[in-house]
Amino acid sequence: MPNNDFEPQIIAFCCRYCAYAAADLAGSMRLSYPGNIKIVQLPCTGRVDVLHMLKALESGVDGVFVAG
Amino acid sequence: MSEEQKGSVLVAGGGIAGIQAALDLANSGFYVYLVERQSAIGGTMAQLDKTFPTNDCSMCIISPKLVECGRHLNIELMTLTEIDKISGASGNFEVALKEFPRHVNLEKCTACGECQKVCPMDIKNTFDAGLAQRQAAYKLYPQGMPSGYAIEKKGTAPCKATCPAHVSVQGFIALANKGRYREALELFKQEHPFPGVCGRVCHHPCEGACNRKDVDQPLSIQYLHRFLADHDFSSGKPFMPEQKSLRDEKVAIVGSGPAGLTCAYFLAKEGYQVTVFEKQAILGGMLTLGIPAYRLPRHVVEAEIQIIRNMGVTFRTGVEIGKDFTVGQLRKQDFAAFFIGIGAQACKSLGIEGEDLEGVYPGVDFLLKVNTGHKVKLGDRVAVIGGGNVAMDSVRTALRLGSAEPFIIYRRSMEEMPAAKEEIAECLDEQIRIMTLTHPVRILAENGKVRAIECIKMVLGEPDESGRRRPEPLPGSEFIIEVDAVIPAIGQESDWACLTDECACTLSDWGTMKVDSATLQSEDPDIFAGGDAITGPATVVEAIEAGKQAAISIHRFIQGEDLQQGRSREFTNVVLDPETRGKSIPRQKMPHLAARRRMKNFNEVQLGLDEIRVRLEAERCLQCGICSECYQCVKACLPGAVEHETLTKQKSIRVGAVILAPGFVPFDPGAYPTYSYAGHPNVVTSLEFERILSASGPFKGHMVRPSDQREPKRIAWVQCVGSRDINACDHSYCSGVCCMYAIKQAVIAKEHSHGELDTTIFFMDMRTYGKDFEKYYDRAREEKQVNFIRSRIHSVDPLPNDQLHIRFGTEDGKIKDEVFDLVVLSVGMSPAEDMKETAQKLGIDLNQHGFAATRNLTPVSSSREGIFVCGAFQGPKDIPQSVMEASAAASAAAEILSDVRGTEVLTRSLPPERNIQGEEPRIGVFVCNCGINIGGIADVPAVRDYARSLPHVVHVEDNLFTCSQDSQDHIKAVIEEKQINRVVVASCSPRTHESIFQDTIREAGLNPYLFEMANIRDQNTWVHMNNPDLATAKARDLVRMAVAKVAWNEPLFRVPIGVIRAALVVGGGVAGMEAALSLAEQGCKVHLVEQNDELGGNARLLRNTWQGEDIQAYLADIITILMNHPNIEVILSAKIQRTAGIPGNFSTTIQQKDVAQPFTIEHGATILTTGGREYQPEEYLYGKHAGVMTHLDLDTALLRGKVDLKKMKAVAFIQCVGSRTPERPYCSRICCTHSLKSAIRMKVENPSMKVFIIYRDIRSYGFREDLYQEARQRGVLFIRYDMDLLPEVDLDPDGRLQLTVLDHVMGVPVSLHPDVVVLASAVLPNENAGLFEMFKVPVNPEGFLVEAHAKLRPVDFASEGIFMAGLAHYPKPVEETIAQAKAAASRAMTLLARDTIMVGGVVAVMQHSASCAGCLVCLRSCPFGAPRIGKEGIVVIESVKCQGCGICAAECPAKVITLQNFTDDQLISKVCSLMEA
Repeated sequence: MPNNDFEPQIIAFCCRYCAYAAADLAGSMRLSYPGNIKIVQLPCTGRVDVLHMLKALESGVDGVFVAG
Repeated sequence: MSEEQKGSVLVAGGGIAGIQAALDLANSGFYVYLVERQSAIGGTMAQLDKTFPTNDCSMCIISPKLVECGRHLNIELMTLTEIDKISGASGNFEVALKEFPRHVNLEKCTACGECQKVCPMDIKNTFDAGLAQRQAAYKLYPQGMPSGYAIEKKGTAPCKATCPAHVSVQGFIALANKGRYREALELFKQEHPFPGVCGRVCHHPCEGACNRKDVDQPLSIQYLHRFLADHDFSSGKPFMPEQKSLRDEKVAIVGSGPAGLTCAYFLAKEGYQVTVFEKQAILGGMLTLGIPAYRLPRHVVEAEIQIIRNMGVTFRTGVEIGKDFTVGQLRKQDFAAFFIGIGAQACKSLGIEGEDLEGVYPGVDFLLKVNTGHKVKLGDRVAVIGGGNVAMDSVRTALRLGSAEPFIIYRRSMEEMPAAKEEIAECLDEQIRIMTLTHPVRILAENGKVRAIECIKMVLGEPDESGRRRPEPLPGSEFIIEVDAVIPAIGQESDWACLTDECACTLSDWGTMKVDSATLQSEDPDIFAGGDAITGPATVVEAIEAGKQAAISIHRFIQGEDLQQGRSREFTNVVLDPETRGKSIPRQKMPHLAARRRMKNFNEVQLGLDEIRVRLEAERCLQCGICSECYQCVKACLPGAVEHETLTKQKSIRVGAVILAPGFVPFDPGAYPTYSYAGHPNVVTSLEFERILSASGPFKGHMVRPSDQREPKRIAWVQCVGSRDINACDHSYCSGVCCMYAIKQAVIAKEHSHGELDTTIFFMDMRTYGKDFEKYYDRAREEKQVNFIRSRIHSVDPLPNDQLHIRFGTEDGKIKDEVFDLVVLSVGMSPAEDMKETAQKLGIDLNQHGFAATRNLTPVSSSREGIFVCGAFQGPKDIPQSVMEASAAASAAAEILSDVRGTEVLTRSLPPERNIQGEEPRIGVFVCNCGINIGGIADVPAVRDYARSLPHVVHVEDNLFTCSQDSQDHIKAVIEEKQINRVVVASCSPRTHESIFQDTIREAGLNPYLFEMANIRDQNTWVHMNNPDLATAKARDLVRMAVAKVAWNEPLFRVPIGVIRAALVVGGGVAGMEAALSLAEQGCKVHLVEQNDELGGNARLLRNTWQGEDIQAYLADIITILMNHPNIEVILSAKIQRTAGIPGNFSTTIQQKDVAQPFTIEHGATILTTGGREYQPEEYLYGKHAGVMTHLDLDTALLRGKVDLKKMKAVAFIQCVGSRTPERPYCSRICCTHSLKSAIRMKVENPSMKVFIIYRDIRSYGFREDLYQEARQRGVLFIRYDMDLLPEVDLDPDGRLQLTVLDHVMGVPVSLHPDVVVLASAVLPNENAGLFEMFKVPVNPEGFLVEAHAKLRPVDFASEGIFMAGLAHYPKPVEETIAQAKAAASRAMTLLARDTIMVGGVVAVMQHSASCAGCLVCLRSCPFGAPRIGKEGIVVIESVKCQGCGICAAECPAKVITLQNFTDDQLISKVCSLMEA
């Protein structure tokens, strides 16, 4: 059902060395991005298991984003 | 000197080389002082966008090293610090350091950036290579370490230093320039209560000192603050200073002139009850009595006095102290102190005849009468005597009162008149005559009234004590002028009737009161005095300063404090850098009321600048001090970290060794007019282009050209700018890195481009000699279509549309041209300008190029024992080479300090950990406001209260700064009090702060892993600044997720494992021997295994290093040392049979030839130096004709005397034989140098011999370029060939060698008949497949060992405890081999120097071993070789090898592996809690 108010909730799995650091940098530079993204820090994106993504989706999260 | 050795090392230079050296040393038992000139470490690498050849983000890879350095217990970062002097000797140096002030206390700074936001100074951002601006309050770059701000201040601007009241002039101008008028006024009024008054009548010494005077004219500082004051009055709500709460003490002030009023103002600010007694009916002293209203309108004085009245000061006019009241009486009324500011209003007499006649009005009396409303009838002709402001005021007042012809008589010349220049000019405007060099002799009378004045002409003689030429009367030049009145205005003195007997103060011979010059306290302790009464007639602003100083003294006197302490203020004067001068901008002129409209009235003459002119004028400020001392940052900084008054500190430390890594500076191409760099925004240096590409750069990573910020369609790179050039600069050397970075920039630029981007590199020789560089070059050319044009640049000229026209000459001598949108100059590396001076201070030699002088066989040793060098300071080089040398330098330092390792390191002592087993989670949540960084946007109390509702949360609170020391102490107390067993901090980033909080909870007895952070600043309030509701909601989510995870956190324990302090070195060539020797010298047992029956490897075949050192002599020495070293066991003719174990505890079995039984050694680390060999060519008749030989053949033949150079007529070298081919797409790095060196030797020994070098690109990188130059000078002929047309070697019909090659200039084939053809054949790695497999180390397609990281871990393997060096890694010359070997030793010592290593923590573990199917997925996926199949076919994970990446846990199909602290339960709980709002 199309709904213009739809705001997805997105989990981002980020490698602590690169993507997570980049997200911090975005803050230092006072850039702005949508608030829908909640970042989960991982030691390496290699830690991301299909299980984590599926569980996230099952719990109602609308999207999963892996960056590293 | 037999002084004790020190277990600490100073590393100078915080670039990547310094960082690596510091980390290696700190990790192997030494205390390190890391000294850096800038405010943060990181050096040039931090400025780069990407690094070649892996295209890694430079910041991403250096950042963890920055953090490690910043947090290391045994590295002391000393930023903004320089070495002044090094005395003492190796083992015990005394280093004198100079620490420049940061002006921000790092202990308090939270890096929130509020100071930067309010700073009005826009200055060049040097980190962005000048392409952007930053503030004076700055952080060098966001990831900079130490993670804190700094304030860049050059000293105090001369305007402030010169102003008697020391008003922050540059500061109020900067604020005014931003339209922040109120703040500007407020700043002014911190030091000076009369911006409006002084804006009109100040003698503005500030303008006299203004550096702008050397560019055009000084700034109109006075007019600017006048504007501020007028703007404030007209606002209707004038600024009121903040006052402290009212005190009981009363102070009496005698005299309401500027000194008295100022004293009242500052005392009232302090909260005192102040009464001002004024003898006259009106307030203001000379401001109202002396200065005419056309100069200083009464409403201005009144408005500024009204502020003081509003502050609660009582004014009593018409009360004369000494007559109506005495000081003694006031003392009885509880006045605790007195300020005497009675001025100097009694006129000095001329001392000539007729002075008391009617019609003679002393200047101040006259002005006082007029200004108090009395009528004075002067007549038309009025002679005013004097050249000061009182004289000017008198003569202009006379004009305004109706005198037709008032004039000035002054005894010196116009230049020497003490009156303000403006006022003299206004006088002349008003047609007032000024008679100079004229002196009155007497006043003539008629009927007891003035009739005339007799004067004498003066001439100027010798200078007197005031420096002015003394006027002397010209005898016989007397003349008489008819006048109606005479106004003598030659000075004033004070009337001291106020000092009655109960005052113990005394007067000087000049009639001024004697006071202490600093405190203004008189001989009677409760009486203070200032202004003209002390100085004699002086200026308003000096009186104001005196009033202010007296107020400080009176406050201290009443409070019983020391009056003298800290009174002298010293200012470091700024010397203006000629570069910052800028172009000439005319000074804004003050608009005047036209002379005809002002001459007959008292209307204000100067009309004031309007806002537009104020901005234009403020813009002219040269910002001399950089920081303007506007103190906005002080107000903005909630933790109170800003400290403006800190001064440069001298420090002295003692260290055992010094490592110098000060790096380089990019060559400044401004000197090359042909490149148009200085005049065109679209000609940029390569460093500027790095910033253009960088996501954190001036254009946020959008690749645009500076002129119009549009994306370029064609970009050109010009190589060798400031390198290989002795015409425009004296940089004859090759900078070694520019070819590769240009290719990288071209490739990355194409990736950034939204459309088709055409990239062209104009080069002379393509020098891609490093590991994987040639492949990168090939890919750029073939896949990415980067154009490469072998050429010489003629000129780069601007075209319309901001385009650039490049004219260039190609190899075949043609001149061509092309047009580009952007031109990047690939600038070389220069030694820093002050390097010569620095080297002298440090006592080390430089080479002829200005870099540190080193020898090939001791590549990291300076000329002074105990001082080592590395990085680009040693010579131009890339990052991996710098890193390698840094480790080598660390090793060299550790070798001499081996006995004192571990003597100065710090360790933490901690309480025992609390056992929380079986406890329900009891979570404490601490939400940080971060000043206003979080709290100013998100609703922190709401987040805090929300956290209380979450499961297991037993304590919540919010802190202003959770990271401050008091908050941390508080957290520890709360943990104990509430028996909290898990902690969540919601604040900034775990990358910077997690370990701080982990340490805190550990100190409270909690396991550090019972901790979680919610990043609600960097990833929340900073990115959602404009949406507070969203930020609050997201903070709630993030806190909930952190709480959900921490509930599952378990204590993790790290256990110590012993380390065997012994190393196995495999390979006995130069690399193996040097590594073994370095380790042995550092106290480590070494087993050096060599498969041959002698040590030396390839070096046995070499004659000299390129610098000419004798390799055979070196070999003989080192072999003798090794064979006799107590720590070294040399095992010859031996092979490795098997190896096993974990880092720190390896066990390797060795089989020696002719020995029956293999034997096993135990060692903590392994270094593989298995070497390489020369390629045996199949081409060019090699092996078929005795005259065709390889380099090593030739060297051997020469060594054994089998070749007689004297008899040979011609020799040809063919380069790249077997290198840079499709089969071996790499450059062998050493062959060009080798050929050049051999060719030179041939020319030296037999100058008539023809020597040809047939080459593709001459790769004499670095200082080896000197060899290339020498070879050409000696007549060696160079002929270039391409891969598609190889030279041919045949036998001619006479059986002679015939070499045919196409001449690259003429385009015709050339036939040569050399006696010998030398093939510069490739370097191959030795084949050791079995050995490498045994050690589980990877090789690349060419068979070279693969390092853990091409840039930053060049001698490490991904697996812990095993290292490499020498030709097995990549072809390299002897000096680089030695450096790399020492580097491998250094890296090994970071492990071997420890007694134990801690194992565990965030590592993968087997949780259900029984379910392991032994499928090997984990073994194959682990990059570090941590899992192995143990007994019973079940996987065992070696914790010591595990790096905690978690790949195995994700990959394991049976889910028997988990990663601690990132378990499925923890992650799923965290992720799923997002939707549980």
